[in-house]
Amino acid sequence: MTNRWKELLARNETLVAVVIVLFCIVASISDPNFFTVTTLSDLLRASIVLGILAIGCMLVLISGGIDVSFTAVAVSAMYMTTKLSLTLWPEMPWPLIFACSIGFGALLGAINGVFIAIFGLPTLIVTLGTLSVFRGFLLTFVGSDRISALPPDMREFSRMMIARGTTEGGDFYALPWSLAALAGVILLTAFILHKTMLGRSIFALGGSVESARRLGIDVRRTQFFVYVYVGALAGLAGILHGSMGRMSDPFSLVGLELSVIAAVVLGGARLIGGYGTITGTLLGVALIVLVQNSLIVIGIPSTWQSVTIGALILLGTGLPAYQAKRAAARAG
Amino acid sequence: MSGSGPRTEQTLTQAPEFRLAIIAVLVFVLMAVLSPDRFLSAQNMTSMAFQFPEFAILALAMTITMTTGGIDLSVVGVANLSAVIAATILTSLAGPEAAGAVAFLWLAVALGASLAVGAAAGFFNGVLVTRLGLPPILATLGSGLVFTGFAVAMTGGSAVMGFPDIVSVIGNATIWVIPVPLILFAILTLGLHILLTRTGFGLRVMMYGANPLAALYAAIDIDRILMRVYVIAGMFSAVAGMVIMSRANSAKADYGSSYLLLAVLIAVLGGVNPYGGYGRVVGVVLAVLSMQFLSSGLNMLQVSNFARELIWGGLLLLVMVINTTDWARLSARRKPAKTG
Repeated sequence: MTNRWKELLARNETLVAVVIVLFCIVASISDPNFFTVTTLSDLLRASIVLGILAIGCMLVLISGGIDVSFTAVAVSAMYMTTKLSLTLWPEMPWPLIFACSIGFGALLGAINGVFIAIFGLPTLIVTLGTLSVFRGFLLTFVGSDRISALPPDMREFSRMMIARGTTEGGDFYALPWSLAALAGVILLTAFILHKTMLGRSIFALGGSVESARRLGIDVRRTQFFVYVYVGALAGLAGILHGSMGRMSDPFSLVGLELSVIAAVVLGGARLIGGYGTITGTLLGVALIVLVQNSLIVIGIPSTWQSVTIGALILLGTGLPAYQAKRAAARAG
Repeated sequence: MSGSGPRTEQTLTQAPEFRLAIIAVLVFVLMAVLSPDRFLSAQNMTSMAFQFPEFAILALAMTITMTTGGIDLSVVGVANLSAVIAATILTSLAGPEAAGAVAFLWLAVALGASLAVGAAAGFFNGVLVTRLGLPPILATLGSGLVFTGFAVAMTGGSAVMGFPDIVSVIGNATIWVIPVPLILFAILTLGLHILLTRTGFGLRVMMYGANPLAALYAAIDIDRILMRVYVIAGMFSAVAGMVIMSRANSAKADYGSSYLLLAVLIAVLGGVNPYGGYGRVVGVVLAVLSMQFLSSGLNMLQVSNFARELIWGGLLLLVMVINTTDWARLSARRKPAKTG
């Protein structure tokens, strides 16, 4: 029993959960309005796009790579889809718009996949390159104007709510259907990771490429799938971002990648690959969203936001790395 | 990350630096042909010589960390933090009216402070990598956010300005006809070249980059080597920060954010192996020149900043594909064993 407790305490998930709880306690003491349904539904809404991106990013980390281009994929897929829909068929129904954006995302992800899986280039450098290629292409050839006259069905989607209303205390809340998209992504990813051979292959790949190869896993195909899947998720996140913000802004999203990676590594996914959990990632997202939206509530000025996120990354990854180093040293 | 195989002795024409020299010349000729009267003008030559040292120095910082198989994603953060601290000293302690010896003294203090900040930041990165065992990507990603964050917190996000006139010497003056930033770049380049090729330290850096485990068994004090590498990278970044501050005549937390990609691009273009173990300063210099020719040329052809981003990124991918793909093996239809 004690061993189990020790194990639980040593996990990143526990650490992040404790920090979140502490944050909420301090926040509700300093501002009684913090712990209300309104704040909660606001935070939930803010974590949809970040959450979907983080799930994709986690998959890449598990496979032993790193991706910094997914924000560019997301914004490109969103903007190209809105442009396409507005020029060809403005009344395009929203499921088709979404499918289109997911398709664009998967296509861009496949470009990453070619460089990484076929040519075997280092993932950080490839995705740094494609980040600027995708964004440069988007702003040069597709357009650089913000579009606020979105296709009507996209606006319609953003108004569809699972639940909305006012509590007895007078707090307004609204849960949009985009939340269902996040839930769907979580379920699908959990299924792939834990119930399919493909998922086992992704973990194996992150653990050791050579061992995976000798087990008979098609390393290239697995890697290729990972980058296409991440691209598709980014396309979904992008179009959700556009429809929820009721604006297609080609300058948005890029720059968010560090926060997403921060959320994922805080949740315990390891950069060397082979390890990562969805629970941890979602907790990491929750913490980052809290820091981004409510830092001021616990008395830290918002100018300290990036110091806080950076320090969280270093602490959240430094502690386990230090423990592992010491364990390795003890083992000789 | 796996190291690449040992490099055997090559003839001059096979060296990546030779290919790079050809690229640099080709780009120069191409731009000269496309826009002869403007690209070849003396004015353009001088302005190019003023422009490239700031990102070229960052690329040198990137180079030394890459030769150990690491990377420093915090270079821009360190440059801006050290610039903001130097700028704060110059504006609040010296003031814009300072002149003569007083101004010179404050400038020296500010420069010293910025170098100290760079060294401290590099030391911090080194501690994260060696003592805590963090992967360099994560360590410098996190610390870069922290450094930028401190700069934002100190300034509230706005630019610090109002320096004594003497500050502009670092970025805008010439000695005889040579721009001061170019002289700084030349000194640092030469210094790094000697350090990497003529000293025991440089040899150990390359050994560690080529094969960390072998270096460990060769009884090399790895922690000390890495610590020094990151401190040097931090101090180089601080120098770049001073040049940027002087040229912009202000300091701000988000200056030069596009320089990070550019620094990685230049190092990789310059033939530095991102897995460690190989990198020559002369390659980096050639890469810097090609990038600057390309950048100025595109500017004259009135290509937008976004298209330039596209071209830089595309170039990075192209060079990586050319440099690392074993074409003979691909055509032999055997599956290569390399992965990212």
